[in-house]
Amino acid sequence: MSFVAHLINGISLGSVYALIALGYTMVYGIAKMLNFAHGDVIMIGGYVVFVTVSGMGLNPLAAIIISMAACTLLGVTIERVAYRPLRGASPLAVLITAIGVSYLLQNVALLVFGSDTKAFTNVVPFPNLELFDGQLVIKSVTIVTVIVNIIIMVGLTLFVKKTKIGRAMTAVSEDKGAAQLMGINVNGTIAVTFAIGSSLAAIAGVLLCSAYPALTPYTGSMPGIKAFVAAVFGGIGSIPGAFIGGILLGVIENLSKAYISSQLSDAIVFSILIIVLLVKPTGLLGKKIQEKV
Amino acid sequence: MKKIMINKTTKNDMITYAMVILAYIVVQLLIATGHVSSLIQGLLVPFCTYVIVAIALNLTVGILGELSLGHAGFMCVGAFSSAVFSLAFKDAIPGGLRFLLAILIGAAAAALIGFLVGIPVLRLRGDYLAIVTLAFGEIIKNIINALYLGVDGNGIHFTMKDALSLDMEEDGLMLIKGAQGVTGTPNDSNFTIGVVLILITLFIVLNFIHSRTGRAVMSIRDNRIAAESVGINVTKYKLIAFTISASLAGVAGVLYAHNLSTLNALPKNFGYNMSILILVFVVLGGIGNIRGSIIAAVLLTLLPEVLRALSDYRMLIYAIVLIAMMIFNWSPNAIFFRKRLKQRITAGRKPGKEE
Repeated sequence: MSFVAHLINGISLGSVYALIALGYTMVYGIAKMLNFAHGDVIMIGGYVVFVTVSGMGLNPLAAIIISMAACTLLGVTIERVAYRPLRGASPLAVLITAIGVSYLLQNVALLVFGSDTKAFTNVVPFPNLELFDGQLVIKSVTIVTVIVNIIIMVGLTLFVKKTKIGRAMTAVSEDKGAAQLMGINVNGTIAVTFAIGSSLAAIAGVLLCSAYPALTPYTGSMPGIKAFVAAVFGGIGSIPGAFIGGILLGVIENLSKAYISSQLSDAIVFSILIIVLLVKPTGLLGKKIQEKV
Repeated sequence: MKKIMINKTTKNDMITYAMVILAYIVVQLLIATGHVSSLIQGLLVPFCTYVIVAIALNLTVGILGELSLGHAGFMCVGAFSSAVFSLAFKDAIPGGLRFLLAILIGAAAAALIGFLVGIPVLRLRGDYLAIVTLAFGEIIKNIINALYLGVDGNGIHFTMKDALSLDMEEDGLMLIKGAQGVTGTPNDSNFTIGVVLILITLFIVLNFIHSRTGRAVMSIRDNRIAAESVGINVTKYKLIAFTISASLAGVAGVLYAHNLSTLNALPKNFGYNMSILILVFVVLGGIGNIRGSIIAAVLLTLLPEVLRALSDYRMLIYAIVLIAMMIFNWSPNAIFFRKRLKQRITAGRKPGKEE
């Protein structure tokens, strides 16, 4: 039974990774840049909900909507101010800027909210699911996270495949120049991608903090990096891949914590990234990208 | 009389060496006249550490053109391997020789790890390379935090579990105590040694850049496919540059370890944040500009100590500096704007000269 319990804890962690990875994969797939600050947008989303629920006593649902709006605004602003001027510059410059943005958000949060850990109140109002006379407890947050994941996954897939903006995104990701020639507003499309990615980050932030209720300015950074590992594992740019990669990574992390060593679990997670990149760089569901000369 | 010809690069390198030596003399004079507070004196060795690791990272970022976020990990390898050596031979080998050997061991260990990490990592590029080096840095830190190492009459013992499962004899010596790290490393490093190491690092890096190998590495940075097509072995040259860079980061680690009595692998000193701090030095000093890295490393470590009021905002300022520098230096619009500005200034200086 303990194995099943570890497995469920793993799925619980993994579903949060999956949710973050969905945002990563959207932005990476379309803007072709690693948005290092994604994890920190999650942290800001968490703080917004914390302030509105615990500080102002707002209804959690309203708080989540405010948080999504704030994160969307933040994501679009980051894109406009920091990333757009560097479009067409070397990838190294973009990457270093993204690291700078991540650092900036952490330190702004540190100055505004302080370094002490804030106890986050669980905003999921349902009771936990108990099976086999309480031997096996599935947290309601886990169930909600998995359901939210599936809804977002289906929604995003439909959005990208069926709507005009979604198809514009696919076109931009294939070839920016050609997309522009076909009359697509490339900058606008990338801004929309960032808006979607950041609002997903707000949802991920709420669910992450509900599942692991300790909020600090550094809350987002490790899950953010691990979610990137998950996105690579599943195949970067692939929406179902992000989900599968996230769940698998969470399960692997939790099982190695339980059966191998709790101190080495991070090392094991990161070695998965290295193995995936060496053996199958496109990930589980990614497609092969041909390099142009 | 024959005029001695000094070419431009040699002259430039000489200025860099002279700058370091001059700074050393000035600091020594200030210490002798009592103008340096004990706080700053305690920071002199960390200065040298940062300078060396910034030069090392600049070799990877500026010359090789790949972003490594794992240099704190190589520092960590150098620090721990040399600290263990110094602790184990604390009484067997006299101070000076022991520290020399410790530096060589730290450099060799970091080079070995850099080489092993480099083989798989350097097949990747850009974002993937950065994130994988970050992953390796974290793995190294994690493993060292879980490692217990001891030596006794029966030889060397090590385990990843806990101190008891080392199964040591009573008189055995614990070298690495898991997350508690290494305690009792002799304090062998000092400012003079640090400056000598900076000069040696500079000598290695500057000569490397101007060598045939260095030029091959830079050609890979500028256009990998073109470099490949003229017969440059991309993997080999990348690996050479990366290994040297890792090894120098290891030397910085040795210097760091022998300045402390207790050495832990914390996120603060060997984690991802440290790698980013080094990156800030490199970016502010100018990517590919070795002299700039030295100045930036010293300035950014010194400023928060001098301006205490700013210390709360230190990290915030670093972040803004990082973003602003990148946009100003790399944005296509900013490059165009600077070009036009330059043209206008030169046009203003020479009136009446039509183009």
